[in-house]
Parts: sequence; structure tokens; C-alpha cells
Amino acid sequence: MSEHPSTYQPGSAIERWLDARLPIIRFSADLMSFPTPRNLNYWYTFGGILSFCLVVQIVTGIVLAMHYNPSAAGAFVSVQRSIMRDVNYGWLIRGLHSNGAAMFFLAVYIHILRGMYYGSYKAPREVLWLLGCVIYLLMMMTAFMGYVLPWGQMSFWGAKVITSLFGALPLVGKPLTTLLWGGFSVDDPTLTRFFSLHYLLPFVIAAVVALHIWALHVPGNSNPTGVEVKSASDSVAFHPYYTVKDLFAISLFMILFAIFVFYMPEAMGKVDNQVAADPLKTPAHIVPEWYLLPFYAILRAIPDKLTGVLALGGAIAMLFILPWLDTSKVRSMRYRPTYRMFFFVWILASLALGWCGSQEPDGVIIPGAGPGPIFLDYGINTVTWLSRIGALYYFAYFLVITPLLGFFETPLPVPDSLYTPVLSHPAGVPAGAAAAPETKG
Amino acid sequence: MLRKLFAAAQVAGVFGAGLLAMASPALAETTQAPLKDVHWSFDGPLGMYDQAQLQRGYKVYHEVCSSCHSMNLVAFRNLGDPGGPFWNPKYPNPNNNPVVKAIAKDFKIADIDPDSGDEIKRPGTTADYFPAPFANDAAARAANGGAMPPDMSLLAAAREGGPQYIYSVVTGDTPSAPAGLAVPAGKFYDPWMSGDVSAFYKGDPHKIPVGGVIAMPPPLTDDRVTFDDGTKATVDQEAKDVAAFLQWASDPKMEERKQTGVAVMIFLILFSGLLYGSYREIWRKVGH
Repeated sequence: MSEHPSTYQPGSAIERWLDARLPIIRFSADLMSFPTPRNLNYWYTFGGILSFCLVVQIVTGIVLAMHYNPSAAGAFVSVQRSIMRDVNYGWLIRGLHSNGAAMFFLAVYIHILRGMYYGSYKAPREVLWLLGCVIYLLMMMTAFMGYVLPWGQMSFWGAKVITSLFGALPLVGKPLTTLLWGGFSVDDPTLTRFFSLHYLLPFVIAAVVALHIWALHVPGNSNPTGVEVKSASDSVAFHPYYTVKDLFAISLFMILFAIFVFYMPEAMGKVDNQVAADPLKTPAHIVPEWYLLPFYAILRAIPDKLTGVLALGGAIAMLFILPWLDTSKVRSMRYRPTYRMFFFVWILASLALGWCGSQEPDGVIIPGAGPGPIFLDYGINTVTWLSRIGALYYFAYFLVITPLLGFFETPLPVPDSLYTPVLSHPAGVPAGAAAAPETKG
Repeated sequence: MLRKLFAAAQVAGVFGAGLLAMASPALAETTQAPLKDVHWSFDGPLGMYDQAQLQRGYKVYHEVCSSCHSMNLVAFRNLGDPGGPFWNPKYPNPNNNPVVKAIAKDFKIADIDPDSGDEIKRPGTTADYFPAPFANDAAARAANGGAMPPDMSLLAAAREGGPQYIYSVVTGDTPSAPAGLAVPAGKFYDPWMSGDVSAFYKGDPHKIPVGGVIAMPPPLTDDRVTFDDGTKATVDQEAKDVAAFLQWASDPKMEERKQTGVAVMIFLILFSGLLYGSYREIWRKVGH
């Protein structure tokens, strides 16, 4: 696109005719020949894996919608009787869709962590990063509304808890909740509007993905060294080099996906959701899906409801402002050992928050030690306090460590070109690459 | 206790004040005894249902459980589906299966007489679903001391431990509750039932018995049913067989799923190998 000259040659009269009117073949050919850094590792295949996930979700979702009945009276039966028992391979289509959502989040978390580790969010890729954050936000909304559709106990009560959060906002809270519910509690109108939006949002995601890829093709890919592409020998054509690598990674990902779909289709679900929604019977333990648990823990860590909701929103907002929080000139954490250490601790803190989100708030962390001194309603040795410590680190990482470290740390020397470390890789030295080491400014 | 109340208030604050009344059970300590260890023919990635066991289990369900428990999502024809208790390869269409037809015919299904418009009961067909034992939920509660016997179509899927849980609970009712536990009239203490008995317990607060109270009397006795294949009908055997049957009712497509899975895994592994070979070949001359 930007500095990538088109190499497409229309091969026939009809292609020349079309090229002068709608150069769609040229567009596709240019995407395929797009110069891509030659040193991308397997962490960079998750973009392709995510495209695969989106297609799987949309295709299976369209088929499921053909058999689904979006009403409080019919939803549970249409899923558990029609789709799971009567529709040919309905169990497979639904298994792909419900497990596919979890796989989608697994892949997006790896993709986000890869971007954070290699500094992919830094100039000139801020818009690329922001669009990615928008996709992630849309994914969470879509997944949440999708989880409500089977209309089991956890669907219903999860919807109740999450929609009630909006009620904490001043002034707009109450009317917003009423609007979300389509009434004064979670009921038929809530289910039908969630179904409508659950069908709409994936296409919005697809549109933002198109922008995300556009924004990727302006500066080009980042890479593990964080050094920009400087010469033609630094890059290879996207096809066939990265199409084959991405396809291999997608195939491995499909094996993991298939293990869940065929051998443990309900492993990531909650047993309560196999019981039809009952507005008069609260499940003993309401928990969101695993991919939302860290945010749930942050929400519950704060005694005040409004502050908790704002902290939950803030935790997601941190990702959006990350490009402007990082003050370091060095892109990749490969050359920032101190920051890398703080980053790994941040991953641990996020995992700990996820665990906390799945536990009862007054659960004891160290068994046998007792709850300890009580501050703010809870003993120190409880899930709530671990959540508070985890949340504190979560925010400190973004708001204190990331901005300050850019001024204080001493990074390791950064190679002159992304190809230099490649050359030192003994097995990969190609015969014709001897002329490549000289670097261009 | 005061701390618990604080905790309840805090959770309620998060969940919205409207849920306050319902938030306290969310903090009840649900406990249960470790489930009894049972090995099933359907364990593991290649395990399949044992058809003889499903047939025995169906008999227990039909003669014991179905007097109180509905199974709304299961049709008679499902009994003759591949992997089902009465699947017979001679009748690929289960609606032609004579065993299934005979089972359906013994049920009386509520219908409207097309000539008179009167409400009638007619013999079931293979397309009908298992009729519920009670006219509605209120009638089911009224007949069972206020407790609703759960629908059995997804019972195994709706409980942690699935068939293991069902086996443990139906063999677990103890006629004499532990000392200090005042089981309410018409209820039974069951250590394997996931629940909270602290409200009925007057003894040492650190030794609250695990488990819960259940409204269902111990349902199985030796020789409660007579198995057609001559298997001795002990409580243990009946419990295992009905748990296996309910697992089938929850997951009737398991055999198809696992068989498809084998083919898919073989394909994906070969396909990945092929792609890896292509990847190595394409990148052979390129340093990276």
C-alpha cells in the first residue's frame, strides 16, 4: 500500500479491462506480495489465527441462528433439544461456536501480550494498536451477549450481574439499565435485543479488522527486534513465506481446538448453564467466563460499587493509552531486561486476578493461617486482598512503572538492522545473503 | 458472623441493591463428601456406552425415577438412535424400531381429538416426547413436599461430577443423620448431595457435617427392578446403570462426537505435518 510498489501485471485482456475499472485483483495481489520482516517468530502467527477464529465464529453462528429461537420460553429448548439433539451435527456446530469463543480469547490474549512484549504499539503503529483495542472491546461485548443466548442459569444471572453494573453510573445509570433490559428486569426483551446485537457485532468486528489490517499495511509489521525494515533484504513477500507459516500455526491451533470440541466440549462451561434460566433461583456462585475473570476480580476488590465499575473500565482503558504511557525509545523488550521482568510479573498478577475472580471473596489464600487482621471488611489472608494487591500492581505497571522506566533503565544495545541477529543464526545463513549485512540508515 | 454479613452486604452492593435478599445464599458454604469412584465404559477419549447397561438403566429410570422426574428433552425415537439404549443397525430409522414402537405405545399422551375437539389420552408414537409425571411445576412441588424433582434430560451434565454425582447421591442417603443434625421432616441427609446443612446443625460449629439435605427418599432397594438380562439388581448395580443411562440422556451424541473426533485428529495431524514440510521447503533458502 503506502511505499509498496505494485508488481501486479494484468495477464489477460479481461484482467486489463477490470484493472482499469476496479483493481480488485491488483489489490489482492499487492496484499499477497506485501513485504514482511523475515524474522517474525511464531508469536506473530496469532493475527492469522484470529482471522481464522472470526470466520469460524461467523460461519457457525449463522448456522446456529437458523435453528435458534430467541425467546425466554423457547431459547433453552431450541439449544438443548433442537440444536444439540435433532439438528444434523448440531452438537458439532454449537461445540465449535462455544469453544471457539474461548479459543478466540486465548488467541487474542496471546496476540495482545505479543504486541506488548515487542512494543508493537509504539509509533508509528498507535492507530493499529487502538483499532486492536476496539476489536477486543467489541469481542468482550459480543461474547457476553452470546453467553446469554442459551438462557441457562448462568446466562440469566450473568446477564443480571453485568447489566446491573451500569446502574452504578451517576445520572445515566438507571435509564441505561432499563434500555439494556428493555424493561425492568432481565427478560424476553433483553434476550431478543442481545440476540440482535450478538448477530450484528461480529460484522462490526470484521469491519474494524479490515481497518486494523489497513493500518498494519501502512507502516508494515513490527518484528521481534523492534528495528524497522531498512532494506529490501530485511523482508520477504507475505505469500508464500507467511501464508505457509500462518497456515501451519492455524493447523496446530485447530488440533488444540479439536481436543476441546470432541473430547471435552463442556470443560470451559459451567454446569449451572445446563439448567434452564429461573429468575427465582440464584445459583450458589455466579462467575463469568474465564476470559473476563481478571476484570471481575478488579471489580470485586473495591468496596464501593461505582469505583469498582470505574476500575473495571479503567483496567481496559489502560490498554488504549499504553502507546502514550511508554516513554522508552527502545521498542522490543528483548533489549529491555528490567521492563521485561516487570512485564512477566504483570502477567502473573493478571493470572492471579483471574484466579481470584473465580473464587469466593472471603476465601482464604494460605490454608490454616486464618484470615489475619481485618481491614475494610476482609482479613488480609483472603481472595479480596489478593485481588487488591493484584489490581494495584496491574494499574501501577501501566501508570507508574511504564512511564518512569523509560527514563531510568539502561537498555541493551539494539542491533543496527533486524537482519543482523538473523545472520548470527548459524543454520539460517543463505548463500546469497552475504551482501546483506551492510545497513542502510 | 458479623464479617459474613459485611461480606454479604459488599457482594450485594456490587450486584445491585435489588439483589440483596438473594445474595446471602451466594455465600453459603456448599460442601459435599468426595464423590465415590466409579469407572464407566464411556470414560476416556475412546470410551463408548455399554448398550446393555443403558437398557438396564432405562428400566430403572422407567420403573423408579419417572414417577417423579420428567425427561422433557428426550423423545421415544431417541432411544433407538445410534449410541442409544435400543439402537439396532437393522433399523437405521429409529421410528421403525419395534422395541421403540412398543415402548412408546405403552405411554398415554395428552392430545386433542381431531373430530370432537375433546381432550383425550392416546397411545404414544415414536415421535412423542416422554410425558412429564406432573401437569406443571406447582403440581410437582405440591406432590413432593415443596421440592421440585429436577428434569432428568440434562441432569448428568448439570451436576459437577455428572454420573459419579448421581451414583453417589442415590446410594448415599443415610437413614441416621450425624448427632446434632436435626433433619427436617420429610427430608433426608445425604453427605454426597452438594449443599449446606449449617441451618439444621446444633453441634460444634467447626464440625458441620458435609453434604446437604435432599427431599428424595432413598430411591433404590435391592431387587427394586428385575433386569431382563439376568443381572442381579443390587442397589449398587441399579445406581450405576441409571447413572449411565442419565449420562446418555444428557449427551446422546457422545459416540458420534468421539468417533468424528478420531477422524478429525488423524486428518489434522497429517495436515499439520504436510504444512510443516511445506514451510521448511519454502523457507529453506531464506535466512530468518
